[in-house]
Amino acid sequence: MREVVVTGVGAVTPLGVGARTLHERWTAGASGIAGGEAPCADFDPLDTLTRKEARRADRFSQLAVAAAAEAVAEAGWEGELPYAPDRVGCIIGTGIGGLGTFESNHEELLGRGPGAVSPLSVPLMMGNAGAGTLAMRHGLLGPCFGVVSACAAGANAIGAAARTIQVGDADAVLTGGSEAVLTPLARASFAALDAVSKSGESRPFDARRDGFVMGEGAGVLVLEEADAARARGAQILGYVRGYGATCDAHHLTAPDPQGAGAARAILAALADAGVDAGDLVYVNAHGTSTPLNDRSETLALKTALGADAYGVPVSSTKSAIGHLLGAAGAVEAIATLLALRDHVAPPTLGWEEEDEGLDLDYVPTARPLAIEDGDRVLGLSNSFGFGGHNAALVLEVV
Amino acid sequence: MSTTVTSERVEQVVYKALESFGADPAEFSREATFEQLDVDSLDLAELSQIAEEEFGVPLKGEDVKGIRTVGDAIDLIVSRA
Repeated sequence: MREVVVTGVGAVTPLGVGARTLHERWTAGASGIAGGEAPCADFDPLDTLTRKEARRADRFSQLAVAAAAEAVAEAGWEGELPYAPDRVGCIIGTGIGGLGTFESNHEELLGRGPGAVSPLSVPLMMGNAGAGTLAMRHGLLGPCFGVVSACAAGANAIGAAARTIQVGDADAVLTGGSEAVLTPLARASFAALDAVSKSGESRPFDARRDGFVMGEGAGVLVLEEADAARARGAQILGYVRGYGATCDAHHLTAPDPQGAGAARAILAALADAGVDAGDLVYVNAHGTSTPLNDRSETLALKTALGADAYGVPVSSTKSAIGHLLGAAGAVEAIATLLALRDHVAPPTLGWEEEDEGLDLDYVPTARPLAIEDGDRVLGLSNSFGFGGHNAALVLEVV
Repeated sequence: MSTTVTSERVEQVVYKALESFGADPAEFSREATFEQLDVDSLDLAELSQIAEEEFGVPLKGEDVKGIRTVGDAIDLIVSRA
């Protein structure tokens, strides 16, 4: 099977614009959560898009465009693609798609009638709009589609992109996830589900956790076939070594209480990478701060990693930026890569009180990763979504 | 309605619409083509909606196919209003 490398990353998150901004601020203990939500307050679409492009894109696509611009620049793709355009794909996940566009047009429909609905409403809200927009912007003619698996979408997209390269359907893929649903409907729905935090605090794995904090953002990675990337002298940031995807088939919103499906995804990713649980030096947890997820994920890690679960730092990016839903898996894969690169375990902010049975090392403060000479620098990034979707990625920095 | 719809009034509405689509007002004229202004089929669909709302003139399928310049659009709206 062909090897897959990461040559560029980009992110727009509640901690600011830029992947390194996310990594550095999170590691320093900064939080992008304010007033119980985590918006991308620093993001101005007109920094990256023309006015025309901006009005042809829902906010979730705008965020993806900005993240992709950073990733493509880092990969050295600006100006000209390093491969034939039909050998470059684009696979972008989202949980919900252009919900803001949907809501504003529905309001027009009810208030002023069908004639007031914008012809752009469906093209902007469709879940594949992010992928289509990026492909058009960068002239990518290979496999291109959206991935829709709620909060696992970003990770499933990266997994699908890696497979696309491995089997030879493309030599490179722009991939990741994007979400922008800080909207009245999404707020009301998640609140009615009792999924969002009433305290407004994101405290993954802490005994006082009471739900997730809604965030928005995007993460985009440039993946390339390793030999081709080396041949063009690309900077290699890391490797996508393993991918595992499963479904709980248990409940529309609740995870399997034992985390069985999540554990199978983790085991599949480790097997795909050909590594053992003991080889992992860092785990970036899904860690939503909901009572159910953090318990079942802890059980899943114990099932999949065995005794090694207790020896590896496990932290949650959502403690700093809230839950980016369909973007989370991609943003967190990027956060994992940068943590591995800098040999640091960023913290699970706000973790203070141990909950019964939640007894892993949740990294209350950032610290260097324990890496000895000869150790491989391997990390695991977990993502799970409503619908019972589980996706795990094993990433390596060399 | 037709008594109040002047060519100047339609031009004003069309220019405002084109500007909102992201086209450059410096390039606006009756002779400018939609291609030059980078105004495509999606923009024209929105322009049709605006014409209907402002002047009660629906511009559908066949109508829009024949128009190439800003002046074509203005004349079509004026003739129907």
